[in-house]
Amino acid sequence: MSGKARFVALAAALTLGFFGTAAAKTLTWANDGDVSAMEPYYLNETFLLGFLGNIYEPLVGRGKELEMVPKLATSWEQTDPTTWRFHLRPNVKFHDGSPFTADDVLFSYQRVIGEGSDLKGKLGSVREVKIVDPMTVDFITKTPDPFLPGQFSQWYIMSKAWAEKNGAVKATTASSKDENYAILHTNGTGPFMVTSREPDVHTLAVPNPNWWGKVEHDLTEVDFRVIKSDATRVAALLSGEVDMVYTVPIQDVDRINKTAGRKVLQGPEMRTIFLGMNQTLNELTDSDVKGKNPFKDVRVRKAFYLAIDENAIASKVMRGAATPSGLMVAPSVNGWDKSLNDRYAYDPNEAKKLLADAGYPNGFTVGMNCPNDRYVNDEQICQAVAQMLARVGVKVNLLAETKSKYFAKLQDFQRSFYMLGWTPDTYDSWNPLWNLIGTHDQALGRGRFNYGSYSNAKVDELIGQVQSEVDPKKRQAEISEAFKIHKEEFGHIPLHQQALAWGVKDNVSLVQLPDNVFNWNWVQVK
Amino acid sequence: MIAFILRRLVQSISVMLVVALIAFSLFRFVGDPINNMVGQDTGDRDREELRQQLGLNDPFIVQFARFAANAVKGEFGVSYRQGRKVSTLIAERLPATLELSFAAAIFALVIGVPLGVYTGLNREKWQSKLFLALSLLGVSLPTFLIGILLILLFSVMLGWLPAFGRGDVVHLGWWSTGLLTGSGLRALLMPTVTLGFFQMTLIIRLVRAEMLEVLRTDYIKFARARGLANRSINFGHALKNTLVPVITITGIQLGSIIAFAIITEQVFQWPGMGLLFIQAVAFVDIPVMAAYLVLVGFLFVVINLVVDILYYVVDPRLRVDRTIAGGGHG
Repeated sequence: MSGKARFVALAAALTLGFFGTAAAKTLTWANDGDVSAMEPYYLNETFLLGFLGNIYEPLVGRGKELEMVPKLATSWEQTDPTTWRFHLRPNVKFHDGSPFTADDVLFSYQRVIGEGSDLKGKLGSVREVKIVDPMTVDFITKTPDPFLPGQFSQWYIMSKAWAEKNGAVKATTASSKDENYAILHTNGTGPFMVTSREPDVHTLAVPNPNWWGKVEHDLTEVDFRVIKSDATRVAALLSGEVDMVYTVPIQDVDRINKTAGRKVLQGPEMRTIFLGMNQTLNELTDSDVKGKNPFKDVRVRKAFYLAIDENAIASKVMRGAATPSGLMVAPSVNGWDKSLNDRYAYDPNEAKKLLADAGYPNGFTVGMNCPNDRYVNDEQICQAVAQMLARVGVKVNLLAETKSKYFAKLQDFQRSFYMLGWTPDTYDSWNPLWNLIGTHDQALGRGRFNYGSYSNAKVDELIGQVQSEVDPKKRQAEISEAFKIHKEEFGHIPLHQQALAWGVKDNVSLVQLPDNVFNWNWVQVK
Repeated sequence: MIAFILRRLVQSISVMLVVALIAFSLFRFVGDPINNMVGQDTGDRDREELRQQLGLNDPFIVQFARFAANAVKGEFGVSYRQGRKVSTLIAERLPATLELSFAAAIFALVIGVPLGVYTGLNREKWQSKLFLALSLLGVSLPTFLIGILLILLFSVMLGWLPAFGRGDVVHLGWWSTGLLTGSGLRALLMPTVTLGFFQMTLIIRLVRAEMLEVLRTDYIKFARARGLANRSINFGHALKNTLVPVITITGIQLGSIIAFAIITEQVFQWPGMGLLFIQAVAFVDIPVMAAYLVLVGFLFVVINLVVDILYYVVDPRLRVDRTIAGGGHG
């Protein structure tokens, strides 16, 4: 699979070899924030679902090359275009000893689409779940959904009996008055079991001795710590108090790499950072151009694209921790097309000419919205963009603010020029096509994050075809065509994929993948 | 005296109400919590429903009234971020903050008062000049910088002390303490020094200035003329009279130690209320922010009350004035 960039990083053991004989092997690792809850349907977020993926398991998971691998289902097939049949793994037990059966799958389906769940969207295309026999389940979809199993990798199966016993049949709602049992307690089928948890402080887990799968780790305990302050987190790695930190600030990468016995593993993340321009308003709210919207003119959008020197952003602002991208998806996403991924070359003179042709020989003024605590160096990127645009005469009034305020503003679809990042959590291109590029349609739910309202009827048609196309070749052609039209019309300005940065001790070997999920089963402490 | 205490406690309720009112009027500017509470794929209808359920569309005065009505019943709601009861969260975090704050205050007093007396009595000695120069550092260096420097020295370079956390804790009922374990005490050292350093230097300078002032007064001269021992003059007469301002400052500072433990807690990942608050602000976790601010308001009132009572103990003149005035307090 040429389009599947894989980043498997393995750390070699150098020292400390003689310490690790038969003794307890604890992996202590830290992140800047805690897992919000132990509830697997609490928040559709990479860190929470990645963490809980060590404790709970899906029907179909992901392997070391992000390929689909059987987990609680041993095999699956389409019995007709709208029916997916899953054969469940026999003799699997939850941590509390109760057996895993089709009842648990049906229960988990009802729970995940029910009140309080934030993962409803993952099963949005499913109309019904039918138990065929205790080890076989059918998923009936509303329309043909050839990629359904791929969407399941972070939908975890919970125990029906356990949830009923502990009053956790419904997922937690934030507006409820009481705590839900599943917020603090877990009962999965996965390779690790949580033994104690102090929210925001630490969470302890031990290997599940009855796990069905192949044990690839050599750990006796996993100790997860929360260290919010960047400097302290890095210090804890340098002093050896933690074996691994999940988020390393870019400015500390060199410092860690220069320290003996410590290093930073970097690889491209699946998230693509891009800029959006408003193409529907008749007059921008924060521009000196009155009576018309300059972004409706494709020449202006192209001028913005050509005026931005992404290579400089990647090397200077991101200190090399970014991969420039011509597409709205990363190479690790299904549907990525190498032939479309080259960016248009930086050309400020051409940009000036295009602006003059469009009737703005002296440029114009426009507002820009940007978060300052969401993506890696987000505010600095926006500042660099503003400076680059100034060189072709466009004056950008930048407003960079905290994500809680920033996202609330974007949602009114009134912003002129903004920055956003997107990770397709289905690992598939249809997700960004539907959410970011498709024409905004509230009733359908399409284009909900297409905050600049880019719109092209042909692209919308292709998105519809991609959704239910069964033939992978034809589907790829449709995805590529949609991306090509979007690219040639400068619907958005893709910038780059930011790099993941995990700091580790040399004696820890692990696997880092572009989806930023930390799988403890692949950890060896020498 | 009891009437006085009761009156103060009643006043504290109005203080807390005002704090909550101001807090709620500010929450509108912190941002929208909904986006933090749901994943990117969550539909607009679900978002709007959640907003409605949480009452975020109501005018702030309605939200405030609802909060106040629940708070009176002891209900502070459920954290937006963690889905856990705010009262549980605060109860879990309170011991860590109080232990750290009191340790810092004791550190500041135990080091600060003797050094203040010493530098006051021995103005010309080079040691005094050194202490004063160092105390300038304490006043001028920001807390987080002191913390980071300590971590760099004692954790990264020397490897003696833990860079973060509270060590092992022992649970005594709902109270968790780190004072009973070796790792807990070791973990307490650097945060205590960081948090107490500014207060310590403040107390050195305050005690020194007060000592210099008092040593010039007539009754000290008279005591010397009577031939009393230096020790008795310095500590029995002079120091005792410097204590009123020291108590005032320490009391007020204790409140700020608790309130401003936020920075120290963040640097050392100390699992106290300040850290909880910082995380709540970033998330727009309104129930946690509101409960924290109200609680800090309450602590300030209580500390001021204790300070007022201590005046009576230390300063006999106040007791006399009070019997003459017959009830009023000033």
